[in-house]
Amino acid sequence: MTPRDLFIEAAYVVASILFILGLRSLTIPDRARRGMQLAALGMLVAIVGTVVNHEIVRYEWILAGLALGTVIGYPLGVYVPMTAMPQRIAISHMFGAVAATLVGVAEFYSLGQGAQVGRVQMAALGFEVLFGALTITGSFMAFGKLQGILPSRPVTFPGQNVLSLGMFAAAVGLFAWLLVEPANPNAFYAMVALALVFGISLVLPIGGADMPVVISLLNSYAGLASSATGFAIGNNVLIIAGALDGASGFILSVIMSRAMNRSFGNVLFGAFGSPPKASARTSQGLTVHAITPEDAAIQLAFARLVIVVPGYGMAVAQAQHQVRELAALIERNGGTVLYAIHPVAGRMPGHMNVLLAEADVPYDKLKEMEEINGEFKNADVALVIGANDVVNPAARSDKGSPIYGMPILDVDQAKQVIVLKRSMNPGFAGIENDLFYRENTAMLFGDAKASLTRLVQEVKQG
Amino acid sequence: MQHGTSLLELYVFILAGFVGFFTITRVPALLHTPLMSATNAISAISLVGSLVLAGADRGMLPTVLGFVAVTSATINVVGGFIITDRMLKMFKRADRRPGPAPQGQVNGAKK
Repeated sequence: MTPRDLFIEAAYVVASILFILGLRSLTIPDRARRGMQLAALGMLVAIVGTVVNHEIVRYEWILAGLALGTVIGYPLGVYVPMTAMPQRIAISHMFGAVAATLVGVAEFYSLGQGAQVGRVQMAALGFEVLFGALTITGSFMAFGKLQGILPSRPVTFPGQNVLSLGMFAAAVGLFAWLLVEPANPNAFYAMVALALVFGISLVLPIGGADMPVVISLLNSYAGLASSATGFAIGNNVLIIAGALDGASGFILSVIMSRAMNRSFGNVLFGAFGSPPKASARTSQGLTVHAITPEDAAIQLAFARLVIVVPGYGMAVAQAQHQVRELAALIERNGGTVLYAIHPVAGRMPGHMNVLLAEADVPYDKLKEMEEINGEFKNADVALVIGANDVVNPAARSDKGSPIYGMPILDVDQAKQVIVLKRSMNPGFAGIENDLFYRENTAMLFGDAKASLTRLVQEVKQG
Repeated sequence: MQHGTSLLELYVFILAGFVGFFTITRVPALLHTPLMSATNAISAISLVGSLVLAGADRGMLPTVLGFVAVTSATINVVGGFIITDRMLKMFKRADRRPGPAPQGQVNGAKK
């Protein structure tokens, strides 16, 4: 090993250690920031280690790419608002996958269109471009849905299931062929094309409410593509970082699926052939109790324990700052305010936490489901803001309901439930929520932000 | 591209996967979004492969692909670490609310 190679390897080892320490720091919120700064340092070390690689003969393209990437990446880091975080994360999976896929394609191309590719390397390249390509288009579709460019409802057509799986099978078939006979450029590029189309057809039929699982899964695929790149070019730091990313995405998707009581298969292919099965129970003959902001404000002003249950509706209305303002008033009156965060509230893992943290809600008041569920019976008011399926008691009791078995927040045990809701339209799952018809539930209709602003005014005056 | 070492690489992958698994299962749900953006930034290490591709002398097409790959990966490195930091900066405890603002960087910049 020449001194130069030794330097490169040492840089990669240091980078790997800093990455792992950085992720470990995320287990303790107070140390997380410092830890991730170390991880960023690790990235710098890895880059410095790489640019002395003997294979690099000129730097103009490298510098141009670094400059252009910085020009695009900096605003994506600094200016994107927290409310746009789900689509921001989705598009970043796409960029990661683009890099991995292009490295794979170029590697195949420059090794004599596969002629100098061994079978083991072909296996790595195959996984790299398969995962990479489907993540590129899949993430872009997820981005489009979250950004509102594409409809967030499931887009389906007859035979879609068969078509999708057929494409996937064909791509895998080509991959198998390439393993036997790597020098086969047509098969290779056809495989990439199929994976690209498969990514589209994989995400298009998935509805907005299932996005947390999809984003996590794409996170995992992007990581696996990076890892496969490491195998293909024989680079350990890539393998390690990719494996960390892959593991993280996988764990998150398992947590998200579990929080919805559904399997991966059900999330990915569940939209097929199931136009919302008429829920077992309908709202016929039931009435809701509407409440005025004045009355709601009185209840809140005198409450000793208020539990806020935020959902995607809060994110849409960007009402997190008003929530914080209202909480401050309740606390000034001597009450306690806690926040109950369901794992799949919002459009990505941890969505609600980020929004509330942005509004300066201290993180020790943000409670996970298991931690808070026992507290609802002590709560004077449960304030549900734009959440629906995650508080639907049908998940506990109604075997006919599509969400039966999903763990929910037990808001109905609070003495009084106040639901902030735009209208009586059912939630994203299209399921009737009988929480809204209960005796101890009052509905405060209107835009969440406007309603909260009213509540703040009323409590102030009261 | 010596490939007698691929078995060793498999070990590295599996062990790193275990490290990732046991570390990340302990990350609280509170920080799941920063976790996603963090792992995304870290996996932009594919920049390392892209850099070699863009700088090596393998013909025009690989160089151009390398350039695009460097750009994409750099977007994630720069944007990813910045946005993770921005998010983590927001998470504060109640008891040290006015508390030690890290390096005086907490200003009105969030919007």
